[in-house]
Amino acid sequence: MHYSAKGFLNPRLGLALGLAFAVILQLCSGWIDSYATQVIIFAAINVTLAVSLNLVMGETGQFSLCHAAFMAMGAYTSALLTGKALPSLLPHLSWTGSSWASQLFFFPVLVIAGLIAALTGLIVGGPSLRLRGDYLAMVTLGFGEIIRVLLQNTNAVGGARGMDGILPATNLFWAIGAAVVTLYTIMALVRSTYGRGFLAVRDDEIAAAAMGIDTTRFKVTAFVIGAFFAGVAGALYAHAVEYISPEGFNFLRSFEIIVMVILGGLGRPVGVAIAAIVITFLNEWLRQFSEYRMVAYALIIILFMILRPEELLAPYLRRFNPFAKKAPTAS
Amino acid sequence: MSKTPLLEAKNCSLRFGGLSALTDVSLRIQEGELVGLIGPNGAGKTSLFNILTGVYRPTEGEILFEGRSITGLPPHRINNLGMARTFQNIRLFSSLNVRMNVRASFIARLRHGLVHTVRRGRSFRSEEEEIEEAGRKLLAYFGLEEASHHPSRSLPYGDQRRLEIVRALATNPRLLLLDEPAAGMNPTEKEELKRLIGQIRSEFGTAILLVEHDMKVVMGICERLIVLDQGSVLSQGTPGEVRADPKVIAAYLGESHTATS
Repeated sequence: MHYSAKGFLNPRLGLALGLAFAVILQLCSGWIDSYATQVIIFAAINVTLAVSLNLVMGETGQFSLCHAAFMAMGAYTSALLTGKALPSLLPHLSWTGSSWASQLFFFPVLVIAGLIAALTGLIVGGPSLRLRGDYLAMVTLGFGEIIRVLLQNTNAVGGARGMDGILPATNLFWAIGAAVVTLYTIMALVRSTYGRGFLAVRDDEIAAAAMGIDTTRFKVTAFVIGAFFAGVAGALYAHAVEYISPEGFNFLRSFEIIVMVILGGLGRPVGVAIAAIVITFLNEWLRQFSEYRMVAYALIIILFMILRPEELLAPYLRRFNPFAKKAPTAS
Repeated sequence: MSKTPLLEAKNCSLRFGGLSALTDVSLRIQEGELVGLIGPNGAGKTSLFNILTGVYRPTEGEILFEGRSITGLPPHRINNLGMARTFQNIRLFSSLNVRMNVRASFIARLRHGLVHTVRRGRSFRSEEEEIEEAGRKLLAYFGLEEASHHPSRSLPYGDQRRLEIVRALATNPRLLLLDEPAAGMNPTEKEELKRLIGQIRSEFGTAILLVEHDMKVVMGICERLIVLDQGSVLSQGTPGEVRADPKVIAAYLGESHTATS
């Protein structure tokens, strides 16, 4: 038997193709109507959210119920930056959604939003990731609520009224670009010797520790990286809908992301990305019977669990997975 | 003995509330030694393993590894210092295939962290190749290469136990703790295991502390035995000495021993 030496292929080609796709779609944006653009942007933001939560829940096996809170941190940070900090620091530039100044500064704004969310993730994750299973779920649920209530009671960010008039700086390029970078980063991370640490922690924490893996560190790392990309997604969201309020980042938002991760098959980034896209479009379609949406969700989850889509889709996903190892070939 | 022992436990006790699992246990293991740890069910063998490897902190006493105190260190730190273990009930990483189970043991010694892993530069790839090769060699040496790409839980029972030992060895330990490696094995697999333990010692020079119920395995390969009973050391010495010790015969080997030997 002969095995491929590395086992993990270099996936940078996938990253380049994905970014090229984002650029091309942005160049064609004139031909896409504004409703479709909005839905595509939401789909891309949901891919970012679901794939980043998948690192925490799917790969590392830590049940987190506060992804929307990290999203809120990114959304509010970025809204303050583009709404207050940047215009007052550089008042002579034009600050409209598509002006070159706002587009140029949008990248550092996204990164800072992500970093603030990541810092929050570190503060929450450090102590709470020593807990397991249900206890961690409860702590993260509580934390998500704390963030929401804090925002609701902070007048500087509009309290319960939220913030409006946010620059419409998010476009197809930023949204899809972020989704592609998230997918690349998390797949590249997991498909490596280092990344096996996340899976080892999920499979058996005691055995992982006995093999020299610092399990707490891996869990916190997953949490912080997940929070970073959730923060970026939050910033994109704020600059896409132009209005944010604490209610938009409540427990139901976290739950929606969890549904995407579960439907996509825990621990399968490509599957999770597909699920995020499908759910976004499904959401749009279900808008006509809005109050039955959650009922439909629940039914879909049950159906998927019965049908086990990850087993049905797995062989196809593997075929299109640029990170997958080459199959062993007989020599 | 003036040489610093590889592992030394000094007057260790472990209590869970009012229940005393270990009382005043002391032991020494020298470099390259093969020591058997025996005792009836509930004698505290696994508890002793758990305090040695940092799963529990001893209520009293001190544990030294190569002369340094490791009391209270977390399990991964103790492993990084050079002590690896297997588990009584197999604990493989079930979602990883055979070679990835072995690969996980290299994580603590990776030169590349997160950023290099995401960037996937040339040095990252060469390190991945090195690790793959090291893992392949280990699997080949223990006859598991054919199964490299199989899911770990699809292996036959004996092979799963063997893979656990290979995975522990891949962390490059000075001392290997085997918790009942022969449990549930048939006679052929037990013979295989004895051969494997011999191989580990000759090829890697690793010291081994072996917990085992099977007298044939223990008496056949260990140089020295420690007998635990009700949480304390009852007897120690060569297999011959232990076998002749009336306390041991009374507490553990009993009638069946006199009948079989």
